[in-house]
Amino acid sequence: MAAIQERFDAIVVGAGPSGNAAAYTMAKGGLKVLQIERGEYPGSKNVQGAILYADALERIIPDFREDAPLERHVIEQRIWVIDDSSHTGMHYRSEDFNEEKPNRYTIIRAQFDRWFSSKVREAGAIVLCETTVTELVKDTKGNVIGVRTDRQGGPLLADVVVLAEGVNGLVGQRAALRDELKPENVALAVKEMHFLPQEVIESRFNLKGDGGVVIEAMGTVTKGMTGTGFLYTNRESISIGIGCIVDDIRKSGMTPYNLLDSFKQHPSIAPLIAGSEVKEYVAHLIPEGGFRAMPETQGNGWLVVGDAAHLVNAVHREGSNLAMTSGRVAGETIVWLKRRREPCTAANLAEYRKRLEDSFVLKDMRKYRKIPALLHNNRHLLNLYPRIMSTAAQTWLRVDGKAKKAKETEIIQRLRTQRGLTGMLADGWRLARAWR
Amino acid sequence: MSNRIEEKLYQNRYMVDAGRPHIKVREHAVPSEALKSLVTTCPAGCYSENEQGKVEIVADGCMECGTCRVVCAETGEIEWNYPRGGYGVLFKFG
Repeated sequence: MAAIQERFDAIVVGAGPSGNAAAYTMAKGGLKVLQIERGEYPGSKNVQGAILYADALERIIPDFREDAPLERHVIEQRIWVIDDSSHTGMHYRSEDFNEEKPNRYTIIRAQFDRWFSSKVREAGAIVLCETTVTELVKDTKGNVIGVRTDRQGGPLLADVVVLAEGVNGLVGQRAALRDELKPENVALAVKEMHFLPQEVIESRFNLKGDGGVVIEAMGTVTKGMTGTGFLYTNRESISIGIGCIVDDIRKSGMTPYNLLDSFKQHPSIAPLIAGSEVKEYVAHLIPEGGFRAMPETQGNGWLVVGDAAHLVNAVHREGSNLAMTSGRVAGETIVWLKRRREPCTAANLAEYRKRLEDSFVLKDMRKYRKIPALLHNNRHLLNLYPRIMSTAAQTWLRVDGKAKKAKETEIIQRLRTQRGLTGMLADGWRLARAWR
Repeated sequence: MSNRIEEKLYQNRYMVDAGRPHIKVREHAVPSEALKSLVTTCPAGCYSENEQGKVEIVADGCMECGTCRVVCAETGEIEWNYPRGGYGVLFKFG
Protein backbone atom coordinates (compact mmCIF):
# COMPACT_ATOMS: atom_id res chain seq x y z
CA MET A 1 0.00 0.00 0.00
CA ALA A 2 3.07 2.29 0.14
CA ALA A 3 2.43 3.38 -3.42
CA ILE A 4 -0.82 5.07 -2.54
CA GLN A 5 0.46 7.17 0.39
CA GLU A 6 1.76 9.75 -2.08
CA ARG A 7 -0.18 12.79 -3.26
CA PHE A 8 -2.36 12.50 -6.36
CA ASP A 9 -3.36 15.03 -8.94
CA ALA A 10 -6.92 13.80 -8.60
CA ILE A 11 -8.99 11.32 -6.60
CA VAL A 12 -12.20 10.01 -8.15
CA VAL A 13 -14.84 8.61 -5.77
CA GLY A 14 -16.81 5.89 -7.55
CA ALA A 15 -16.39 3.78 -10.69
CA GLY A 16 -19.68 4.17 -12.56
CA PRO A 17 -20.03 5.88 -15.96
CA SER A 18 -19.24 9.39 -14.67
CA GLY A 19 -16.31 8.34 -12.49
CA ASN A 20 -14.82 6.14 -15.18
CA ALA A 21 -15.18 8.92 -17.77
CA ALA A 22 -13.44 11.38 -15.45
CA ALA A 23 -10.65 8.99 -14.39
CA TYR A 24 -10.01 7.87 -17.98
CA THR A 25 -9.88 11.43 -19.32
CA MET A 26 -7.49 12.60 -16.61
CA ALA A 27 -5.21 9.53 -16.85
CA LYS A 28 -5.04 9.95 -20.64
CA GLY A 29 -4.18 13.60 -20.03
CA GLY A 30 -1.12 12.51 -18.06
CA LEU A 31 -2.43 13.11 -14.55
CA LYS A 32 -1.73 10.91 -11.56
CA VAL A 33 -5.19 9.56 -10.75
CA LEU A 34 -6.52 7.40 -7.91
CA GLN A 35 -10.03 6.01 -8.28
CA ILE A 36 -11.77 4.46 -5.28
CA GLU A 37 -14.65 1.99 -5.59
CA ARG A 38 -16.50 0.25 -2.77
CA GLY A 39 -17.57 -2.78 -4.82
CA GLU A 40 -15.69 -6.04 -5.21
CA TYR A 41 -15.04 -4.90 -8.79
CA PRO A 42 -16.23 -1.81 -10.70
CA GLY A 43 -19.85 -2.54 -11.62
CA SER A 44 -20.71 -4.84 -8.75
CA LYS A 45 -22.66 -2.06 -6.98
CA ASN A 46 -24.05 -0.38 -10.06
CA VAL A 47 -27.56 -0.57 -11.46
CA GLN A 48 -29.16 0.77 -14.63
CA GLY A 49 -31.88 -0.30 -17.13
CA ALA A 50 -29.66 -0.16 -19.19
CA ILE A 51 -29.21 1.82 -22.40
CA LEU A 52 -25.78 2.98 -23.54
CA TYR A 53 -25.69 6.11 -25.69
CA ALA A 54 -22.83 5.61 -28.12
CA ASP A 55 -22.14 9.27 -28.79
CA ALA A 56 -21.20 10.07 -25.18
CA LEU A 57 -18.81 7.10 -24.98
CA GLU A 58 -17.39 7.63 -28.47
CA ARG A 59 -16.14 11.04 -27.39
CA ILE A 60 -14.11 9.26 -24.69
CA ILE A 61 -13.20 5.91 -26.28
CA PRO A 62 -13.80 6.24 -30.06
CA ASP A 63 -13.24 2.54 -30.85
CA PHE A 64 -15.25 1.15 -27.89
CA ARG A 65 -17.25 -1.14 -30.19
CA GLU A 66 -14.18 -3.33 -30.71
CA ASP A 67 -14.26 -4.89 -27.27
CA ALA A 68 -16.99 -3.37 -25.06
CA PRO A 69 -19.60 -5.89 -23.83
CA LEU A 70 -22.66 -4.68 -25.75
CA GLU A 71 -25.95 -6.59 -25.86
CA ARG A 72 -28.13 -5.35 -28.76
CA HIS A 73 -28.27 -2.11 -30.71
CA VAL A 74 -31.69 -0.53 -30.54
CA ILE A 75 -33.61 -0.69 -33.82
CA GLU A 76 -37.09 -0.16 -32.41
CA GLN A 77 -38.56 2.08 -29.76
CA ARG A 78 -42.05 1.45 -28.43
CA ILE A 79 -43.74 4.06 -26.29
CA TRP A 80 -46.83 2.59 -24.68
CA VAL A 81 -49.66 4.25 -22.85
CA ILE A 82 -51.11 1.50 -20.75
CA ASP A 83 -54.42 1.01 -18.99
CA ASP A 84 -55.50 -2.13 -17.16
CA SER A 85 -56.17 -4.27 -20.21
CA SER A 86 -54.63 -2.42 -23.17
CA HIS A 87 -51.75 -0.47 -24.52
CA THR A 88 -51.87 2.36 -27.03
CA GLY A 89 -48.51 2.39 -28.73
CA MET A 90 -46.26 4.57 -30.77
CA HIS A 91 -43.61 2.40 -32.37
CA TYR A 92 -40.69 3.54 -34.37
CA ARG A 93 -38.52 0.99 -36.11
CA SER A 94 -36.04 1.68 -38.86
CA GLU A 95 -33.55 -0.27 -40.91
CA ASP A 96 -31.41 2.89 -40.66
CA PHE A 97 -30.63 1.92 -37.05
CA ASN A 98 -28.75 -1.11 -38.42
CA GLU A 99 -25.91 1.25 -39.26
CA GLU A 100 -22.20 0.55 -39.07
CA LYS A 101 -21.91 2.51 -35.85
CA PRO A 102 -25.25 2.20 -34.06
CA ASN A 103 -26.42 5.01 -31.81
CA ARG A 104 -27.89 3.17 -28.80
CA TYR A 105 -27.21 -0.22 -27.25
CA THR A 106 -28.67 -2.26 -24.45
CA ILE A 107 -25.97 -3.21 -21.94
CA ILE A 108 -25.56 -5.10 -18.66
CA ARG A 109 -23.95 -2.69 -16.26
CA ALA A 110 -21.96 -5.10 -14.09
CA GLN A 111 -20.18 -6.27 -17.24
CA PHE A 112 -19.96 -2.93 -19.00
CA ASP A 113 -18.56 -1.01 -16.03
CA ARG A 114 -15.94 -3.68 -15.50
CA TRP A 115 -14.84 -3.26 -19.11
CA PHE A 116 -14.80 0.55 -18.83
CA SER A 117 -12.70 0.25 -15.69
CA SER A 118 -10.17 -1.96 -17.50
CA LYS A 119 -9.72 0.94 -19.95
CA VAL A 120 -9.21 3.32 -17.02
CA ARG A 121 -6.44 1.09 -15.69
CA GLU A 122 -4.86 0.80 -19.15
CA ALA A 123 -4.84 4.59 -19.32
CA GLY A 124 -2.71 4.60 -16.18
CA ALA A 125 -5.04 5.34 -13.27
CA ILE A 126 -4.81 3.38 -10.02
CA VAL A 127 -8.18 1.75 -9.25
CA LEU A 128 -8.66 0.73 -5.64
CA CYS A 129 -11.67 -1.57 -5.12
CA GLU A 130 -13.39 -2.92 -2.00
CA THR A 131 -12.76 0.46 -0.38
CA THR A 132 -15.49 2.76 0.89
CA VAL A 133 -14.71 6.47 1.10
CA THR A 134 -15.98 7.58 4.50
CA GLU A 135 -15.37 11.33 4.37
CA LEU A 136 -13.69 14.25 2.66
CA VAL A 137 -10.59 15.77 4.22
CA LYS A 138 -10.54 19.56 4.37
CA ASP A 139 -7.76 21.98 5.33
CA THR A 140 -8.23 24.71 7.93
CA LYS A 141 -9.74 27.03 5.31
CA GLY A 142 -12.34 24.45 4.33
CA ASN A 143 -10.75 23.50 1.01
CA VAL A 144 -11.13 19.84 0.09
CA ILE A 145 -7.68 18.21 0.02
CA GLY A 146 -8.40 14.48 0.01
CA VAL A 147 -10.48 11.60 1.37
CA ARG A 148 -10.54 9.11 4.22
CA THR A 149 -11.52 5.50 3.60
CA ASP A 150 -12.46 2.46 5.67
CA ARG A 151 -9.01 1.01 5.03
CA GLN A 152 -6.22 1.35 7.53
CA GLY A 153 -3.80 4.22 7.05
CA GLY A 154 -3.94 7.98 6.87
CA PRO A 155 -5.92 10.20 4.54
CA LEU A 156 -5.36 10.05 0.79
CA LEU A 157 -4.51 13.47 -0.56
CA ALA A 158 -5.06 15.10 -3.95
CA ASP A 159 -5.30 18.52 -5.59
CA VAL A 160 -8.90 17.82 -6.50
CA VAL A 161 -11.59 15.26 -5.60
CA VAL A 162 -14.13 14.28 -8.26
CA LEU A 163 -17.32 13.07 -6.57
CA ALA A 164 -18.80 10.39 -8.82
CA GLU A 165 -20.48 8.57 -5.97
CA GLY A 166 -23.92 8.18 -7.48
CA VAL A 167 -27.40 9.29 -6.51
CA ASN A 168 -27.13 7.98 -2.96
CA GLY A 169 -23.66 9.45 -2.43
CA LEU A 170 -23.02 10.16 1.21
CA VAL A 171 -19.56 11.68 1.01
CA GLY A 172 -20.45 15.03 -0.56
CA GLN A 173 -23.66 15.28 1.40
CA ARG A 174 -22.03 14.68 4.77
CA ALA A 175 -19.45 17.33 3.92
CA ALA A 176 -22.42 19.71 3.36
CA LEU A 177 -21.52 20.16 -0.32
CA ARG A 178 -25.12 19.36 -1.25
CA ASP A 179 -28.49 18.95 0.44
CA GLU A 180 -30.21 15.71 1.38
CA LEU A 181 -32.33 14.23 -1.43
CA LYS A 182 -36.04 14.87 -1.11
CA PRO A 183 -38.50 11.95 -1.49
CA GLU A 184 -40.35 13.89 -4.22
CA ASN A 185 -37.15 14.35 -6.25
CA VAL A 186 -36.01 10.72 -6.53
CA ALA A 187 -37.60 7.72 -8.15
CA LEU A 188 -37.17 4.20 -6.87
CA ALA A 189 -36.76 1.72 -9.70
CA VAL A 190 -36.84 -2.06 -9.32
CA LYS A 191 -35.82 -4.44 -12.07
CA GLU A 192 -35.50 -8.13 -12.83
CA MET A 193 -33.27 -9.95 -15.29
CA HIS A 194 -35.28 -12.54 -17.22
CA PHE A 195 -33.29 -15.07 -19.21
CA LEU A 196 -34.62 -16.64 -22.40
CA PRO A 197 -32.91 -18.36 -25.32
CA GLN A 198 -31.63 -15.89 -27.91
CA GLU A 199 -33.90 -17.26 -30.66
CA VAL A 200 -36.99 -16.92 -28.43
CA ILE A 201 -36.23 -13.25 -27.84
CA GLU A 202 -35.62 -12.72 -31.54
CA SER A 203 -38.90 -14.33 -32.58
CA ARG A 204 -40.97 -12.61 -29.91
CA PHE A 205 -39.67 -9.18 -30.87
CA ASN A 206 -39.24 -9.81 -34.59
CA LEU A 207 -35.48 -9.36 -34.42
CA LYS A 208 -32.51 -10.71 -36.27
CA GLY A 209 -28.83 -10.50 -35.46
CA ASP A 210 -27.92 -7.95 -32.82
CA GLY A 211 -30.96 -5.70 -33.22
CA GLY A 212 -33.00 -4.95 -30.12
CA VAL A 213 -36.25 -3.38 -28.89
CA VAL A 214 -36.93 -0.90 -26.12
CA ILE A 215 -40.38 -0.48 -24.55
CA GLU A 216 -41.20 2.46 -22.29
CA ALA A 217 -44.64 2.21 -20.70
CA MET A 218 -46.62 4.78 -18.77
CA GLY A 219 -50.14 4.83 -17.49
CA THR A 220 -52.18 2.92 -14.97
CA VAL A 221 -49.35 0.46 -14.44
CA THR A 222 -47.92 2.95 -11.94
CA LYS A 223 -51.27 3.03 -10.10
CA GLY A 224 -51.62 6.79 -10.22
CA MET A 225 -48.03 7.45 -9.23
CA THR A 226 -45.53 9.41 -11.31
CA GLY A 227 -43.33 6.84 -13.00
CA THR A 228 -42.73 4.51 -15.92
CA GLY A 229 -42.24 0.86 -16.68
CA PHE A 230 -39.62 -0.40 -19.12
CA LEU A 231 -38.56 -3.51 -20.97
CA TYR A 232 -35.24 -3.81 -22.81
CA THR A 233 -34.08 -6.74 -24.89
CA ASN A 234 -30.55 -7.97 -24.22
CA ARG A 235 -28.92 -10.77 -26.17
CA GLU A 236 -30.17 -13.65 -24.00
CA SER A 237 -32.16 -11.80 -21.41
CA ILE A 238 -34.82 -9.17 -20.91
CA SER A 239 -34.45 -6.36 -18.40
CA ILE A 240 -37.87 -5.46 -17.04
CA GLY A 241 -38.53 -2.85 -14.41
CA ILE A 242 -40.66 -0.06 -13.07
CA GLY A 243 -39.83 3.16 -11.29
CA CYS A 244 -41.96 5.66 -9.38
CA ILE A 245 -41.27 8.76 -7.32
CA VAL A 246 -40.35 7.68 -3.76
CA ASP A 247 -42.80 10.08 -2.15
CA ASP A 248 -45.62 8.55 -4.24
CA ILE A 249 -44.65 4.98 -3.37
CA ARG A 250 -44.42 5.82 0.31
CA LYS A 251 -47.88 7.35 0.34
CA SER A 252 -49.42 4.58 -1.77
CA GLY A 253 -48.65 1.83 0.74
CA MET A 254 -47.78 -0.45 -2.18
CA THR A 255 -44.61 -2.48 -2.27
CA PRO A 256 -42.20 -1.93 -5.18
CA TYR A 257 -42.05 -5.68 -5.88
CA ASN A 258 -45.83 -5.99 -6.10
CA LEU A 259 -45.82 -3.05 -8.48
CA LEU A 260 -43.23 -4.83 -10.63
CA ASP A 261 -45.16 -8.10 -10.51
CA SER A 262 -48.34 -6.38 -11.62
CA PHE A 263 -46.45 -4.77 -14.53
CA LYS A 264 -45.12 -8.22 -15.48
CA GLN A 265 -48.66 -9.60 -15.41
CA HIS A 266 -50.07 -6.91 -17.71
CA PRO A 267 -51.59 -8.68 -20.74
CA SER A 268 -49.35 -6.71 -23.12
CA ILE A 269 -46.18 -7.63 -21.20
CA ALA A 270 -46.74 -11.15 -19.83
CA PRO A 271 -46.39 -13.01 -23.18
CA LEU A 272 -43.08 -11.25 -23.88
CA ILE A 273 -41.42 -12.70 -20.78
CA ALA A 274 -43.32 -16.00 -20.52
CA GLY A 275 -41.21 -19.01 -19.61
CA SER A 276 -38.17 -16.97 -18.62
CA GLU A 277 -35.79 -17.69 -15.77
CA VAL A 278 -35.26 -14.78 -13.35
CA LYS A 279 -31.66 -14.48 -12.22
CA GLU A 280 -31.54 -11.18 -10.37
CA TYR A 281 -33.73 -8.58 -8.68
CA VAL A 282 -32.26 -5.11 -8.15
CA ALA A 283 -33.32 -1.72 -6.84
CA HIS A 284 -31.85 1.73 -7.33
CA LEU A 285 -32.73 5.39 -6.95
CA ILE A 286 -32.91 7.76 -9.92
CA PRO A 287 -32.49 11.51 -9.42
CA GLU A 288 -35.57 12.95 -11.14
CA GLY A 289 -35.92 16.39 -9.59
CA GLY A 290 -34.42 17.96 -12.71
CA PHE A 291 -32.47 21.19 -13.00
CA ARG A 292 -34.08 22.79 -9.95
CA ALA A 293 -32.93 19.93 -7.71
CA MET A 294 -29.30 20.19 -8.85
CA PRO A 295 -26.68 20.94 -6.21
CA GLU A 296 -23.64 23.21 -6.54
CA THR A 297 -21.41 21.54 -9.11
CA GLN A 298 -18.00 22.64 -7.84
CA GLY A 299 -16.11 24.26 -4.98
CA ASN A 300 -12.59 24.59 -3.59
CA GLY A 301 -10.86 21.32 -4.41
CA TRP A 302 -13.93 19.36 -5.55
CA LEU A 303 -16.50 18.91 -8.24
CA VAL A 304 -19.45 16.59 -8.64
CA VAL A 305 -20.53 14.61 -11.72
CA GLY A 306 -23.25 12.22 -12.92
CA ASP A 307 -26.14 11.07 -10.71
CA ALA A 308 -24.50 12.66 -7.66
CA ALA A 309 -24.97 16.00 -9.45
CA HIS A 310 -28.60 15.06 -10.20
CA LEU A 311 -27.85 14.98 -13.93
CA VAL A 312 -30.75 12.96 -15.32
CA ASN A 313 -33.11 13.95 -18.11
CA ALA A 314 -36.19 12.07 -16.89
CA VAL A 315 -38.34 13.05 -19.87
CA HIS A 316 -36.00 11.35 -22.35
CA ARG A 317 -34.94 8.58 -19.95
CA GLU A 318 -31.32 9.72 -20.34
CA GLY A 319 -28.77 9.58 -17.54
CA SER A 320 -25.70 7.55 -18.40
CA ASN A 321 -24.85 9.90 -21.27
CA LEU A 322 -25.12 12.93 -19.01
CA ALA A 323 -22.97 11.03 -16.51
CA MET A 324 -20.25 10.18 -19.03
CA THR A 325 -20.29 13.66 -20.53
CA SER A 326 -20.10 15.43 -17.17
CA GLY A 327 -17.28 13.08 -16.14
CA ARG A 328 -15.38 13.74 -19.34
CA VAL A 329 -15.89 17.52 -19.10
CA ALA A 330 -14.78 17.48 -15.45
CA GLY A 331 -11.67 15.52 -16.42
CA GLU A 332 -10.88 17.82 -19.34
CA THR A 333 -11.28 20.90 -17.15
CA ILE A 334 -8.89 19.52 -14.54
CA VAL A 335 -6.30 18.54 -17.19
CA TRP A 336 -6.65 22.03 -18.70
CA LEU A 337 -6.08 23.70 -15.31
CA LYS A 338 -3.08 21.45 -14.59
CA ARG A 339 -1.46 22.34 -17.91
CA ARG A 340 -1.88 26.04 -17.10
CA ARG A 341 -0.46 25.32 -13.61
CA GLU A 342 -3.61 26.79 -12.08
CA PRO A 343 -4.92 25.52 -8.70
CA CYS A 344 -8.27 23.74 -8.42
CA THR A 345 -10.09 26.56 -6.66
CA ALA A 346 -13.83 27.10 -6.89
CA ALA A 347 -13.24 30.05 -9.22
CA ASN A 348 -11.03 28.02 -11.57
CA LEU A 349 -13.25 24.93 -11.46
CA ALA A 350 -16.19 27.14 -12.49
CA GLU A 351 -14.84 26.44 -15.98
CA TYR A 352 -16.38 22.96 -15.56
CA ARG A 353 -19.79 24.51 -15.02
CA LYS A 354 -19.31 26.83 -17.97
CA ARG A 355 -18.44 23.92 -20.27
CA LEU A 356 -21.45 21.94 -19.02
CA GLU A 357 -23.68 24.95 -19.73
CA ASP A 358 -22.34 25.04 -23.29
CA SER A 359 -23.06 21.31 -23.79
CA PHE A 360 -26.32 19.43 -24.23
CA VAL A 361 -26.11 18.42 -20.55
CA LEU A 362 -27.26 21.65 -18.94
CA LYS A 363 -29.12 22.87 -22.02
CA ASP A 364 -31.41 19.82 -21.73
CA MET A 365 -31.60 20.03 -17.92
CA ARG A 366 -32.72 23.66 -18.25
CA LYS A 367 -35.19 22.92 -21.03
CA TYR A 368 -37.16 20.46 -18.89
CA ARG A 369 -36.76 22.25 -15.54
CA LYS A 370 -40.54 22.70 -15.11
CA ILE A 371 -41.55 19.11 -15.93
CA PRO A 372 -41.02 17.47 -12.49
CA ALA A 373 -43.32 19.97 -10.77
CA LEU A 374 -45.86 19.66 -13.60
CA LEU A 375 -46.10 15.89 -13.17
CA HIS A 376 -46.14 16.23 -9.40
CA ASN A 377 -49.17 18.54 -9.54
CA ASN A 378 -51.00 16.83 -12.41
CA ARG A 379 -51.21 13.11 -11.64
CA HIS A 380 -54.16 12.66 -13.98
CA LEU A 381 -51.82 13.13 -16.94
CA LEU A 382 -50.49 9.62 -16.29
CA ASN A 383 -53.70 8.04 -15.07
CA LEU A 384 -56.76 9.55 -16.72
CA TYR A 385 -55.46 10.03 -20.25
CA PRO A 386 -54.41 6.40 -20.74
CA ARG A 387 -57.96 5.30 -19.94
CA ILE A 388 -59.43 7.97 -22.21
CA MET A 389 -57.14 6.89 -25.06
CA SER A 390 -57.99 3.25 -24.61
CA THR A 391 -61.76 3.70 -24.60
CA ALA A 392 -61.58 6.11 -27.54
CA ALA A 393 -59.51 3.63 -29.57
CA GLN A 394 -61.86 0.79 -28.70
CA THR A 395 -64.97 2.77 -29.61
CA TRP A 396 -63.37 3.68 -32.92
CA LEU A 397 -62.15 0.19 -33.81
CA ARG A 398 -65.08 -1.98 -32.77
CA VAL A 399 -67.43 -2.68 -35.68
CA ASP A 400 -70.80 -3.02 -34.03
CA GLY A 401 -73.45 -1.54 -36.28
CA LYS A 402 -73.19 1.93 -34.74
CA ALA A 403 -72.88 4.82 -37.19
CA LYS A 404 -69.45 6.48 -37.27
CA LYS A 405 -70.98 9.86 -36.52
CA ALA A 406 -72.52 8.43 -33.33
CA LYS A 407 -69.13 6.97 -32.36
CA GLU A 408 -67.44 10.35 -32.78
CA THR A 409 -70.08 12.01 -30.62
CA GLU A 410 -69.65 9.27 -28.01
CA ILE A 411 -65.87 9.77 -27.88
CA ILE A 412 -66.15 13.54 -27.54
CA GLN A 413 -68.93 13.21 -24.98
CA ARG A 414 -66.75 10.92 -22.90
CA LEU A 415 -63.83 13.37 -23.07
CA ARG A 416 -66.18 16.09 -21.86
CA THR A 417 -67.36 14.16 -18.83
CA GLN A 418 -64.01 12.64 -17.87
CA ARG A 419 -61.88 15.74 -18.13
CA GLY A 420 -63.84 18.57 -19.73
CA LEU A 421 -62.70 20.54 -22.73
CA THR A 422 -61.30 23.41 -20.65
CA GLY A 423 -59.44 20.90 -18.49
CA MET A 424 -57.89 19.34 -21.57
CA LEU A 425 -56.96 22.71 -23.00
CA ALA A 426 -55.37 23.66 -19.67
CA ASP A 427 -53.42 20.36 -19.58
CA GLY A 428 -52.17 20.96 -23.11
CA TRP A 429 -51.24 24.54 -22.30
CA ARG A 430 -49.37 23.60 -19.11
CA LEU A 431 -47.52 20.78 -20.85
CA ALA A 432 -46.55 22.98 -23.78
CA ARG A 433 -45.29 25.70 -21.46
CA ALA A 434 -43.25 23.29 -19.37
CA TRP A 435 -41.87 21.60 -22.47
CA ARG A 436 -40.74 24.79 -24.19
CA MET B 1 -41.20 -10.29 4.86
CA SER B 2 -43.50 -11.84 2.32
CA ASN B 3 -42.51 -15.05 0.60
CA ARG B 4 -42.58 -13.31 -2.71
CA ILE B 5 -39.77 -10.90 -1.88
CA GLU B 6 -37.72 -13.65 -0.25
CA GLU B 7 -37.91 -15.58 -3.50
CA LYS B 8 -36.72 -12.56 -5.45
CA LEU B 9 -33.80 -11.87 -3.13
CA TYR B 10 -32.78 -15.52 -3.19
CA GLN B 11 -31.42 -14.93 -6.71
CA ASN B 12 -29.04 -12.22 -5.52
CA ARG B 13 -25.48 -12.51 -4.23
CA TYR B 14 -24.53 -10.97 -0.90
CA MET B 15 -21.44 -10.79 1.24
CA VAL B 16 -22.97 -10.15 4.65
CA ASP B 17 -20.72 -8.35 7.15
CA ALA B 18 -21.84 -10.52 10.07
CA GLY B 19 -22.49 -8.58 13.27
CA ARG B 20 -21.94 -5.21 11.56
CA PRO B 21 -25.26 -4.16 10.00
CA HIS B 22 -24.81 -1.03 7.88
CA ILE B 23 -28.32 0.27 8.66
CA LYS B 24 -29.80 0.64 12.13
CA VAL B 25 -33.17 1.86 13.34
CA ARG B 26 -32.67 4.14 16.32
CA GLU B 27 -34.42 3.23 19.55
CA HIS B 28 -37.94 4.67 19.48
CA ALA B 29 -41.14 4.53 21.51
CA VAL B 30 -43.53 5.19 18.63
CA PRO B 31 -42.40 5.09 15.00
CA SER B 32 -43.18 8.07 12.75
CA GLU B 33 -45.39 7.62 9.70
CA ALA B 34 -42.25 7.86 7.58
CA LEU B 35 -40.55 5.03 9.46
CA LYS B 36 -43.67 2.88 9.39
CA SER B 37 -44.00 3.36 5.63
CA LEU B 38 -40.69 1.55 5.12
CA VAL B 39 -42.41 -1.76 5.87
CA THR B 40 -43.96 -1.47 2.41
CA THR B 41 -41.63 0.98 0.64
CA CYS B 42 -38.31 -0.88 1.11
CA PRO B 43 -37.79 -2.80 -2.15
CA ALA B 44 -36.04 -5.61 -0.28
CA GLY B 45 -38.68 -5.90 2.45
CA CYS B 46 -36.00 -5.40 5.12
CA TYR B 47 -38.33 -3.58 7.52
CA SER B 48 -41.06 -5.06 9.68
CA GLU B 49 -43.26 -3.95 12.55
CA ASN B 50 -42.90 -6.00 15.74
CA GLU B 51 -45.53 -6.87 18.34
CA GLN B 52 -44.85 -3.69 20.31
CA GLY B 53 -45.54 -1.62 17.20
CA LYS B 54 -41.89 -0.72 16.75
CA VAL B 55 -40.12 -0.91 13.40
CA GLU B 56 -37.19 -3.29 13.04
CA ILE B 57 -34.71 -3.94 10.28
CA VAL B 58 -32.82 -7.00 9.11
CA ALA B 59 -30.49 -5.52 6.50
CA ASP B 60 -29.10 -8.77 5.05
CA GLY B 61 -31.18 -8.48 1.86
CA CYS B 62 -30.50 -4.75 1.42
CA MET B 63 -29.68 -3.60 -2.12
CA GLU B 64 -28.19 -0.32 -0.83
CA CYS B 65 -30.59 1.86 -2.83
CA GLY B 66 -30.97 4.48 -0.09
CA THR B 67 -34.76 4.80 -0.25
CA CYS B 68 -35.17 4.36 3.52
CA ARG B 69 -32.43 6.90 4.17
CA VAL B 70 -34.19 9.49 2.01
CA VAL B 71 -37.65 8.75 3.46
CA CYS B 72 -36.42 9.06 7.06
CA ALA B 73 -33.88 11.85 6.55
CA GLU B 74 -36.14 14.37 8.24
CA THR B 75 -37.10 12.22 11.22
CA GLY B 76 -33.56 11.00 11.87
CA GLU B 77 -34.82 7.56 12.96
CA ILE B 78 -32.34 5.66 10.81
CA GLU B 79 -28.59 5.43 10.90
CA TRP B 80 -27.42 4.66 7.37
CA ASN B 81 -23.93 3.87 6.14
CA TYR B 82 -22.59 1.91 3.22
CA PRO B 83 -21.20 -1.51 4.12
CA ARG B 84 -17.44 -1.80 4.45
CA GLY B 85 -15.65 -2.07 1.13
CA GLY B 86 -16.32 -5.43 -0.55
CA TYR B 87 -19.34 -6.27 1.65
CA GLY B 88 -23.05 -6.02 0.96
CA VAL B 89 -24.89 -6.79 -2.26
CA LEU B 90 -22.81 -7.99 -5.23
CA PHE B 91 -24.73 -7.46 -8.45
CA LYS B 92 -24.18 -10.08 -11.14
CA PHE B 93 -25.88 -8.01 -13.82
CA GLY B 94 -26.96 -4.73 -12.19
